[in-house]
Amino acid sequence: MNSNVSLNKEKLKVLIPILLFPVGILLYLNLEKITDLLIYSLIGLTPKTPLTSAIWFFVFEVPKVLLLLTVIVFVVGIIRSYFSPERTRKILGGKKLFAGNILASMLGIVTPFCSCSAIPLFLGFIESGVPLGVTFSFLIAAPMINEVALVLLFGLFGWKTALLYMSTGLLIAIISGYVIGKLKLERYVESWVYEVKAGHLESDKEKISFTNRINAGIDAVIEIVNKVWIYIVVGIAVGAGIHGYVPENFMASFMGKSAWWSVPAAVLLGVPMYSNAAGIIPIVQALLEKGASLGTVLAFMMGVIGLSLPETIILRKVLKLRLIFIFVGIVAVGIIIVGYLFNLIY
Amino acid sequence: MIVKVLGAGCKKCSTLEENVKKVINENQIDAVVEKVTDIQEFIKYGILSTPALIIDEKVVSYGTVPSNVKLLEWLKKGN
Repeated sequence: MNSNVSLNKEKLKVLIPILLFPVGILLYLNLEKITDLLIYSLIGLTPKTPLTSAIWFFVFEVPKVLLLLTVIVFVVGIIRSYFSPERTRKILGGKKLFAGNILASMLGIVTPFCSCSAIPLFLGFIESGVPLGVTFSFLIAAPMINEVALVLLFGLFGWKTALLYMSTGLLIAIISGYVIGKLKLERYVESWVYEVKAGHLESDKEKISFTNRINAGIDAVIEIVNKVWIYIVVGIAVGAGIHGYVPENFMASFMGKSAWWSVPAAVLLGVPMYSNAAGIIPIVQALLEKGASLGTVLAFMMGVIGLSLPETIILRKVLKLRLIFIFVGIVAVGIIIVGYLFNLIY
Repeated sequence: MIVKVLGAGCKKCSTLEENVKKVINENQIDAVVEKVTDIQEFIKYGILSTPALIIDEKVVSYGTVPSNVKLLEWLKKGN
């Protein structure tokens, strides 16, 4: 009896997301109409005023982004249940430079990662023979290309920009890691790192059932959406204000193409800002509309998300200061190049 | 029985510690809970993702906060 009940409960947990999925899609596709209905017919605001356009933007974007976020985080949560840092380490062990860098960067996207586990991860990778440069490719890609950033880019800028961000992020991770590997900087890793003797996990971990993977997806949604929704709402609110009230082309003079210094300035400004992509991207999107150029905006975002001060401070435990500077320098140069490149193309 | 919770200050790590203590108290299991925060210790167990749970020197989970039902199952087995 009891086992029957719990079995049904398990089934229900799988069913809920499957049933909610079409509802979400329907809502997403009709969001523009619903917003129009709400703003113009129900509340009766006059179209084309700055206030209405700001409110419209807010009412439309918040549910849109939250819907997208829920779906993507759920899917990513399931995908990530197939990967673990322990497994990634096994795959990367003894890999050569370049091929290893490519693999590490891609695994960086799908392996669950939080900056609080950057140190055990670094130690574990180095100890089991993952080359330093390959380890760095992983450490660069993992925070830079994350699902929250991709969702926001996709939702607010469209799939092209999201893809662009992902591929240039990958490129930066691959090349920076490769360069760090080629420079042979092992001597700038704190020496105790090489003395750590790691145990190896016997892989008698139980096989994860599909229900458990669905659960992992649900858990990821609860955890991440809980953490970032407030930043998204505030970010979109600020974005809505800019959208409605800041004049067109306002940003062109200092974040436009013609200002050559805007790209490095954007990176310099971005690095010490530890935000969450969640709050920054909606603001950046609004700036882009007011004449900032895509390359500058992209560089700013990568600076904020990919190079965070707290993470580099954490890494100080295992890296000598010089290596930290080299690491930050190489990645920053990579981001700046990407910024100029996109300003040139678009 | 010695139960170790491995974790260096992430939120999930303290959640796991609380849950483990709760399950032990509620079911009157004879166990000592230790919180391990030294990263070098993690590596010795082969752990890269925290929080991890170790019962009598055997790694039972890592990288997640298992459900209380699972915790109870493991703790009972350990006893």
